Amino acid sequence: MNAKRTDFLATVVINLIVATVVGILVFLLAYILISGLPHVSWSFLTGTTDAFSGAGGIGVQLFNSFYLLILTMLISVPISLGAGIYLAEYAKDNWRTSLIRSAIEVLSSLPSVVVGLFGFLLFVVKFKIGFSVISGAIALTFFNLPLLTRNIEESLSAVSRSQREAGLSLGLSKWKTEIGIILPVALPGIVTGIVLSAGRVFGEAAALIYTAGQSAPVTNFGDWNPMDPASPLNPFRPAETLAVHIWKVNTEGLANNAAQLSAAASAVLIIAVLLFNLGARLLGNFLYRRVTASK
Amino acid sequence: MEQTNFQLKKQKSQSNDWSARLHHATRATREDWMGKGISYLCIGVIILVVASMLWFITSKGVATFTQNHVSLTKFLFGTNWAPDQGHIGALPMIVGSFAVTFAAAIVATPFAVGTAIFMTEISPNKGRKLLQPVIELLVGIPSVVYGFIGLAVVVPFMRHVVGGSGFGIISATFVLFVMVLPTIMSMTVDSLRAVPRHFKEASLALGATRWQTVSRVILRSATPGILTAVIFGMARAFGEALAVQMVIGNAAIMPKNLISPASTLTSQLTTGIGDTIDGTLPNNALWSLALILLLMSLFFNALVRVIAKRGQLKHER
Repeated sequence: MNAKRTDFLATVVINLIVATVVGILVFLLAYILISGLPHVSWSFLTGTTDAFSGAGGIGVQLFNSFYLLILTMLISVPISLGAGIYLAEYAKDNWRTSLIRSAIEVLSSLPSVVVGLFGFLLFVVKFKIGFSVISGAIALTFFNLPLLTRNIEESLSAVSRSQREAGLSLGLSKWKTEIGIILPVALPGIVTGIVLSAGRVFGEAAALIYTAGQSAPVTNFGDWNPMDPASPLNPFRPAETLAVHIWKVNTEGLANNAAQLSAAASAVLIIAVLLFNLGARLLGNFLYRRVTASK
Repeated sequence: MEQTNFQLKKQKSQSNDWSARLHHATRATREDWMGKGISYLCIGVIILVVASMLWFITSKGVATFTQNHVSLTKFLFGTNWAPDQGHIGALPMIVGSFAVTFAAAIVATPFAVGTAIFMTEISPNKGRKLLQPVIELLVGIPSVVYGFIGLAVVVPFMRHVVGGSGFGIISATFVLFVMVLPTIMSMTVDSLRAVPRHFKEASLALGATRWQTVSRVILRSATPGILTAVIFGMARAFGEALAVQMVIGNAAIMPKNLISPASTLTSQLTTGIGDTIDGTLPNNALWSLALILLLMSLFFNALVRVIAKRGQLKHER
């Protein structure tokens, strides 16, 4: 076989591989949407779940997912912002910094089930808070922190040095330069990273099974006092999210339409994650145009 | 009125003691202290989280050996997992985890490398427009959805084709293959792009075909990067819990073949930890499984570093 022939053959094989990969994705999306969407209805999206069999709507789970997402972001964005600024601005190039970087890398490579178990050990077993929204949100924060920190650091470091020097030469403090000059320029990248991580947090289940729990007590949506046990905003109630619900219906559920149910819930989950991905890109582009005044 | 106020202020500031002002921190300095404090605090929180995570899981994980006096060799090489009766041989789960991890990596790597070659060498334009979104979408699909599709499609398919229950290592491999594919793919693309342009140009100028250039120059030079990508993929496969747990069948017995129900460290943890009581042997044994997961994750991390370092040396030489 001559070289030309081999080259042609290799190209064909590679094209086939690419077609397979694309085909797998198309199949995945089509399968979920085609088998799931017909069962998605308004009553499914807002209805309550039968606690025993797991059948019924996903209203509470959907709310829980968004509530947990917002709480997680409220905790993890400020911390990773501070940590990102530290790494981009204050960290010197020495053994201590490289130790910190390895620690962040270790945290990001830990399996999410281990992070969840740590949350379970800390909040449920040691502090006795029980399965609750707040335990789940903190466990998700652990899971989210390293990725977000790295993203923020990269976005900050990508801003050109001259901008920093300009700020410092005007007599501004390092901190003021970072907050007032560098951060706005880096904002598009940071926002894209935050929204992408929101998508990841939204679909995460392994870290939540033993922290936010696997039950979704029906809450009173007319009661918005966070201190009330029946209020949906109460951070100390157990909160099964949509992703956990899909897992539970499939493994322990007794509903006779489990497949339909989880197909529909998966479709909702996928659409939400796709919207996050799309939103990240649009928002990032929009902010980029606003900040840089370019087209 | 405003004018006079301003002048008054000016006089006042001029009459201040200059030496006192020079010896005190300016507003900018105080701001910097505050900023430093905030960012140090934030990084401190992360370090604290990592340290306490390592400490708690390690101390829980070794309790099996220190409190329940189970011998380490029995735990690592025992094949009988029945914690209620005091038998805690974790080998079935360890073998299960490694089997699905390696199998998934072996299946996924050719696909990932092939796609990456397409994206960088054959059609960069289509690569960017078509395959970049494919990677992002595959990453974006939550693991429970992969598990659900595994349960709804792969398991029945396997049942139909090879018989048995359909649950088992082969189904888990299929699911994990798709899950690690985007990880390996995107990192391989990065490492192929990092190959210096003149390598490729030199090879093409010598009259080599595209495939000769790719296989003998580009892939050779990108090998450390591709290895790193594969290890990252393996780390993801090793730690994946729910998707695997849904399709592997969760039988804590030594896997005899690829199509009988088996279990992994993660699947055993997810199903078991809620049913055991804190401080008892069955519970401690599960924490020891978690410790193995943790150590393996650290090991993968270290491996990536070693490869990166050796790769760097090679390029410098």
